[in-house]
Amino acid sequence: MIEVLKAGFYDTIQDLGRFGMQNIGVPLSGAMDQYAAKTANSVLGNNVNDAVLEITVSGPKLLFHCDTVISLSGANLNALMNAEHVKLNSIIAVKKNDILSFGKLSFGCRAYLAVKGGLLTEYVMKSRSMCPNITSNLRLQKGDCIKIEAYRNAKMSSTASVKLNLHYFENNLFEVYEGPEFKMLSKQQQEALFSRKFSISKDSNRMGIRLKEPFPNQLKSIITSLVLPGTIQLTPSGELIILMRDCQVTGGYPRVLQVSENAINRLAQRISGSNIRFKRIFQ
Amino acid sequence: MDYNLTYHHFSERSILVNWPQIIDKNVLNDILFYKNNLEIYYAKEIVQVKTAYNSLLITYNRTIDNINDEISALKLQYNSRLKLDKASHKLWRIPVCYADEFALDIDEISTKNKISKSEIIRLHSEPIYTVFFIGFLPGFLYLGGLNERLYYPRKRRPKFNIEKGAVAIGEMQTGIYPNASPAGWNVIGNSPLNFFNVNAQVSCFAKPGDCIQFFPITLNDYHTISRDVSSRVYKLENEIIYD
Repeated sequence: MIEVLKAGFYDTIQDLGRFGMQNIGVPLSGAMDQYAAKTANSVLGNNVNDAVLEITVSGPKLLFHCDTVISLSGANLNALMNAEHVKLNSIIAVKKNDILSFGKLSFGCRAYLAVKGGLLTEYVMKSRSMCPNITSNLRLQKGDCIKIEAYRNAKMSSTASVKLNLHYFENNLFEVYEGPEFKMLSKQQQEALFSRKFSISKDSNRMGIRLKEPFPNQLKSIITSLVLPGTIQLTPSGELIILMRDCQVTGGYPRVLQVSENAINRLAQRISGSNIRFKRIFQ
Repeated sequence: MDYNLTYHHFSERSILVNWPQIIDKNVLNDILFYKNNLEIYYAKEIVQVKTAYNSLLITYNRTIDNINDEISALKLQYNSRLKLDKASHKLWRIPVCYADEFALDIDEISTKNKISKSEIIRLHSEPIYTVFFIGFLPGFLYLGGLNERLYYPRKRRPKFNIEKGAVAIGEMQTGIYPNASPAGWNVIGNSPLNFFNVNAQVSCFAKPGDCIQFFPITLNDYHTISRDVSSRVYKLENEIIYD
């Protein structure tokens, strides 16, 4: 068991989400940066769909009530196991009563904590991903206890690690495809989407990333249609919204672009204020 | 009838199919036929087929290698859809309490649309509505078939929180909020039923193509049904109908 001594800014349990439930309006959910979540699991030899802890911008303080091994991937929050620095993307042995805490964010936005065997929290509609209207808890709170299985194998601990790719966190060019309503924009507007620099609004969360720069347009709403994580909607008031993992399954705003899967993961690692640009990919 | 469909490579793993931009029951039936054929065709593969008013989105559990081959395969399934038997759907009878304590916006609609409250209730519970699809929230049914006299614009500013079960009108649509939620639609009543239940075998009883009819109940009935629903003895009425 892991006890939450102090909650971080926004900690949620995530696996790869609820694929196949969208017909009844259930959001896909799942780790915002699935590449980082899978890496954290793979380092431990877990299943890639095992539940991990998604930590956003500032981390919690966690007390382990049993031995296990863990790994951290994604953003660097300068984690400490007791007083010792924790290396990213490597196997860390944990003893009963060890305390994991986090420091200042040095790159990225979301860190992933994987535990050997996965986090064994409530399993609802084939997933442990926390989501409004689906799971009873929406984020970690002080005092919560997360069920895990004890694991004793000190030998598993290792100094080897998966190489950090800093370009992943720094590259501000994001690959996009033309969305279903892209052609409704004028040629000038189409070009502007690729030539202009945008920045991430602080009004962004697991449902969507809003861009600060207004994008004036006269597009009409569409008859409510289907959207996916990565769909970029353009509202009549000129706001560009990149839908993320907890987004609704349908929407009525024109879908001007679709972000590639790799770019969705990388966008999840951008804090508010970050500059981004879109690069068109023809598929 | 055959519609002129367009295909759009939506994401690495998804293809969007578009029907003409109209809200129409024949289009819905065509979409559902196509969906059914695709689900049979892809039975051995993990795919998800989602639908809305005039679109269908197929998502594979793999990256699409050759989009032209994939679209050709889809088109074959569209053209073979007539082999299917006539589809059957369910008609669900849904109790709704239109009492003042639930009907937060009924006075406003009554004044602006110049209809008495009792007439609003009569017009709202008379038609047989069609479930076009489920979206917005888990278990939120998009219903078509609202009487024109009840059309009413969405709120300019959504209400922060409305109750679970709220029955509301937004433009030419009506629907039920399966859970407490911020809401842009105008609330005229409340249903004591559960429209979404994560723990049930079937989380959402209605499917696209099904029909819904509302019947007015008193506040007393409302409380009785609420109790029966929570003790799981309430029997939701339905009958099978054919297109």
